Amino acid sequence: MNIVIIDYGAGNIQSIQFALERLGFEGILSNNWDEIQKADKVIFPGVGEASSAMKKLKESGLDKLIPTLKQPVLGICLGMQLLCNSTEEGNTKGLGIFDVEVVKFSSKVKVPQMGWNTIYNLQSPLFKRINENEFMYLVHSFYAKNCKETIATTNYEVEYSSALQKNNFYGVQFHPEKSGVFGEQILINFLNL
Amino acid sequence: MLTKRIIPCLDIKNGRTVKGVNFMDLKDAGDPVELAKKYSKEGADELVFLDISATEERRKTLIDLVRNVAKAINIPFTVGGGISSVEDVSILLKNGADKVSINSSAVKNPNLINELAQEFGSQCVVVAIDAKQIDGNWMVHLVGGKVPTELNLFDWAIEVEKRGAGEILFTSMNNDGTKNGFANEALAKLSTLVNIPIIASGGAGTMQHFADTFLEGKADAALAASVFHFQEIEIPELKKHLKEQNIEIRM
Repeated sequence: MNIVIIDYGAGNIQSIQFALERLGFEGILSNNWDEIQKADKVIFPGVGEASSAMKKLKESGLDKLIPTLKQPVLGICLGMQLLCNSTEEGNTKGLGIFDVEVVKFSSKVKVPQMGWNTIYNLQSPLFKRINENEFMYLVHSFYAKNCKETIATTNYEVEYSSALQKNNFYGVQFHPEKSGVFGEQILINFLNL
Repeated sequence: MLTKRIIPCLDIKNGRTVKGVNFMDLKDAGDPVELAKKYSKEGADELVFLDISATEERRKTLIDLVRNVAKAINIPFTVGGGISSVEDVSILLKNGADKVSINSSAVKNPNLINELAQEFGSQCVVVAIDAKQIDGNWMVHLVGGKVPTELNLFDWAIEVEKRGAGEILFTSMNNDGTKNGFANEALAKLSTLVNIPIIASGGAGTMQHFADTFLEGKADAALAASVFHFQEIEIPELKKHLKEQNIEIRM
């Protein structure tokens, strides 16, 4: 299987590559259009600040390519957020795959949310063999609201989308590569799509 | 519900794990990668690696270690010790670290916090603060607690949050190595003053100390070293103990 991890200079992509290695797969880091288009599976990672990540994406022209992809695409953390309509972080316009806004947690809770929280209302083959209320590792200050594309929900002050899906596009707010064996199972499920 | 985190800390010197009692008397407690694997299997929620080497080759040794740990484990980890520039952080994150912890370099150059937050995001910037209570005042100390500063713990904590820190790792020098429990009063006060997660460190001796720091100290995470390395406390048993007191914990 040909797996490409989109490399646009935003964040810790090495962890995803290592996680795939542990599972017996090879992930290629690339920002090359041709390589990305030909991949069987595409992983769109991202950590850090949204507007600078979007800027990097635009500089490489990948903002034009990603929405046209036909194979399964998995956005992780900020990668998922950038697939949404917009994010309050740096007033950034997203790629508009998921029809939802990303907004900031209020100061009633500690921000960022950092640590292990549960995912529930699981509605996708992405969560095969994952039990309701399984723990995943999350680090984020902004969240996607619940919407018709929500396939998993998490509660931190509010209920929000911890995973989204539209057609071949999947997004997870948590880090499957850092969420123990159940996170690894979700990566396997994605690769099996 | 977001759970409280249990974080074993591995002090690293020249690629090996050590733990100082009151930061002075160092003992060897094993190979870091093997320990990391063991702890992640046992249910540790996160790991911290603190490099205390002072050799010329330290940078390369640390990068190799980070890479080997990142390959081996499937939970997040933080790396600290001697980090003083955006470049230092960049290479650690590129090799698989999830977060970095800065201490003395943040005190000497507070703007480093802003630079790191801007470049990599607050989520990976942990500011470690070592403080000692002197005549009722909590004063920040540097170099593993040896050098006092004029900074007050609480003022400094507020400042690091403003500058973009994503988390504070507070070690009480009064409690560290004593095994008499965490500095819960200071921790609880910190939690009312800042709105970022606080990791309690220094003083873990019993399972109840962890429960106390979550319940009384309002800590978001608790870090310990020797009680785990010398198997005085086993993580699964600790988590069961906490769960029994209705503390949110990942089982």
